[in-house]
Amino acid sequence: MHAIEIRALSKDYPVGFWKRTLRPALKSLDLTIEAGETFGFLGPNGAGKTTTLKLLMGIIFPSSGSATILGKDFLDPEIKRKIGFLPEQPYFYDYLSAPELLDYYAQLSGVPAGVRKQRIGELLSRVGLSDVGNKQLRKFSKGMLQRVGIAQAIVHNPDVIFLDEPMSGLDPVGRHEVRELIQSLKDDGKTIFFSTHILSDAEALCDRVAVIHKGELRGVGVVNDFRSSVADKTEVIWLGAGALRAVEESVVEPHITGDTVRGTVQSADLDRVLDILRQRHARLISVTPIHRTLEEYFLSKTREREKEPVQL
Amino acid sequence: MNSRLSAITLNTFREAVRDRVLYNLILFVLLLVASAPLFSQISIGLEKLMLVNVGLSSISLFGVIIAIFIGIGLVSKEIEKKTLYTILSRPVRRWEFIAGKYLGLLLTLVVNAVLMTAGFYAALLIFIHSLAGTDARMLIAVYFIVLQFMMMVAITLLFSAFSSPIFSATFAFALFVIGTFGEDLKNFAAMSHGATKYLVTGAAYILPNFASLNVISQVAHEQNVSGQLVLFNTIYALLYSVAVTVGAILIFERRDLK
Amino acid sequence: MKSRRQANVTWGLLLVALLAGAIVSRRQVDKVRGTQTTLEDALYLPSGKTVKRLSLGYSSLLADIYWTRAVQYFGARHVRGAQHYELLDPLLEITTDLDPNLIVAYENGAIFLSQKVPEGAGQPDAAVRLLEKGIRANPLYWRLYFTLGFVHYVDRHDYRAAEQAFQKGSEVPGALPWMGVMAARMAEHADDPATAAYLWKTIYETTKDKEIKDTAEKHLISLRVESELDELERRTKAYYESRGAYPEEWSDLIKVGLLRGVPVDPNGVPYRLRLDGTVQVADAKKFIYLERHGKPLNK
Repeated sequence: MHAIEIRALSKDYPVGFWKRTLRPALKSLDLTIEAGETFGFLGPNGAGKTTTLKLLMGIIFPSSGSATILGKDFLDPEIKRKIGFLPEQPYFYDYLSAPELLDYYAQLSGVPAGVRKQRIGELLSRVGLSDVGNKQLRKFSKGMLQRVGIAQAIVHNPDVIFLDEPMSGLDPVGRHEVRELIQSLKDDGKTIFFSTHILSDAEALCDRVAVIHKGELRGVGVVNDFRSSVADKTEVIWLGAGALRAVEESVVEPHITGDTVRGTVQSADLDRVLDILRQRHARLISVTPIHRTLEEYFLSKTREREKEPVQL
Repeated sequence: MNSRLSAITLNTFREAVRDRVLYNLILFVLLLVASAPLFSQISIGLEKLMLVNVGLSSISLFGVIIAIFIGIGLVSKEIEKKTLYTILSRPVRRWEFIAGKYLGLLLTLVVNAVLMTAGFYAALLIFIHSLAGTDARMLIAVYFIVLQFMMMVAITLLFSAFSSPIFSATFAFALFVIGTFGEDLKNFAAMSHGATKYLVTGAAYILPNFASLNVISQVAHEQNVSGQLVLFNTIYALLYSVAVTVGAILIFERRDLK
Repeated sequence: MKSRRQANVTWGLLLVALLAGAIVSRRQVDKVRGTQTTLEDALYLPSGKTVKRLSLGYSSLLADIYWTRAVQYFGARHVRGAQHYELLDPLLEITTDLDPNLIVAYENGAIFLSQKVPEGAGQPDAAVRLLEKGIRANPLYWRLYFTLGFVHYVDRHDYRAAEQAFQKGSEVPGALPWMGVMAARMAEHADDPATAAYLWKTIYETTKDKEIKDTAEKHLISLRVESELDELERRTKAYYESRGAYPEEWSDLIKVGLLRGVPVDPNGVPYRLRLDGTVQVADAKKFIYLERHGKPLNK
């Protein structure tokens, strides 16, 4: 059984004064996420990440398509006992204290009264908020609120957790803490689906990523592949601009600074290029294999169709 | 009542209390304390009449104002601040959210009215020095005021379910005024002809009618309120409120909460 | 998707059922409250000036509301044949305080007030006060003088005052010439039923209020019966003078050519001839305004 299965999910928003024109916010998304996977949903701002999450949470309704979570229809209220959600830049009832808020959410998720108190105590220490007492949330810092946010998403011990931009707006320390929290959830075997536009977070945490741009799925990749793949390009830097002419055909985008040249060479051409440079008495400074990174993958996916006339 | 509904109800009540809504009680007491001696200057013997009128009218008016000002934000604030996202991602049905909000605000208003009524009877004791048997009749007026709250909360919630707070406040207040003159709307209908008659008659039945829920001057003049009126007013207010709340649910169930 | 649509239909049906229930119970509430509706409010606000202050500048709208209340109050009481209309005068006072230019409130209100119980409130003095207030606020509206003269004539039998009212009205620019004619008739033929008939006919033709029109029609019929009775009695007297005895049956009059057939009242019922030569209607209750020699037949 897949943890999440999204089939041809689309959302159009009517726009204009008469609401006659439809602006697609999400175009026929197909996506499958396995149980226990940490899945990154990448895309620039406005790509359709939040729309997808709102659709899955039943906050907005799809124009067409459907999805299942843990094998059940995503709009089935019962399936929502098993999922947790942290919205982007969350705001909580600021007249409540953290334990009150978590108790409220636990009730809504159907956590029995008997276990609520203990679970909330454990949770608060897990997210590092065991010492906040009955302070109202209006006095919380942004980082603390984000930790409360994660706590509310897991207060009912869900199997699948959806996080919308969990690290945005946090300082480096806060980001690190949230990253640790997600890592610990991952270690617990939870399925985590999180959207982000910060690639390093995705690279550090995710098993797989999907790239979405302008409401369209542009590709799905395995993060380990990016790390372990054989470098297909090599960056070469040498002293001796005069030697460039002899290897010009093989060097992509050479940059010349004084007598120093920096360029990229296809790995297959590397030996030949190095031989020629030696023959020309150029002094080699560095030879670095370039791995195909997530960033590059992301950029290639969000750019590749840019020049085509895209119907929007 | 299921636990989700009661959780939402109590949280709505808690929000109102922590937002210091009940502070209006202080104003109410001040008004009562100030009014009785002031009006007794005008005419001896009118003291009690004025106290009853001022007291009961303020219980009604304060409640309606609270109903409108909290009611307009009940749904729209949760959408705007996105707190609704964390509610709807749980096993909460949309109708439970609306019903819980309704009951929560109503609970707030009932508690408010109970405290005000206690203050009102205390004021009667202090200024009039006695309570007559007929003074229990004023509880019927308070009960009718609570029925009016039931209807007003439903109306504000209906507007809050699909529009901005300003719009909601304007329309809820307009309906409050129209409802207060509900009997006159019916009179207009009786006096008009042709298509207008049908239109106005229809409007007179669809729009709320608070005229029969106002027995303040009746009880102030120590007149009787018939048991039948209590019965049918109760049925009317209940059915009307639930109908309007169902209308709010119907809108909210279909809505994309962007 | 399908279950969502089903849910919508369920909620929609529930809504319709509840609304229907609310309307039914509303009708029950109205039935229980009956005619006491809105009157507590009217009672409670003692003067139009208070209401005006409370109206925040929307006084003419409020005047319309109070006028509606006055009409409803009057109409509801009227239907039940009420003997007391204690709220009519205060309601009209408030209405005209709120909007001093609401002519209909003076014109129709005065007639509601001045008519005898149970047809009206039986307060002709209050009607005069209301009309004089209306004339002060609307001196150019000459028809108010007509109504004033009418009330003086019909309900107060004060022919001097009636004459003055018609005279003043005829002096207002734009007044129709018959106002002057009315003033002259007051001076010479005040007791003549034809004068009363003329006044009622004017009311009948000019009013837009159904209630008033009905009353005017009843008065006109009664006046016609009155003049017919007068005429018939003149003929029995002529018979007596020529034969030395009153006729025993209508046929006696027909034989000598004083009548062409059995005389009938406007309902088609024959008039009753008495042995002393006087004539009566068969059922006096059918003509509630009928007067004989200045005295009403019905009490």
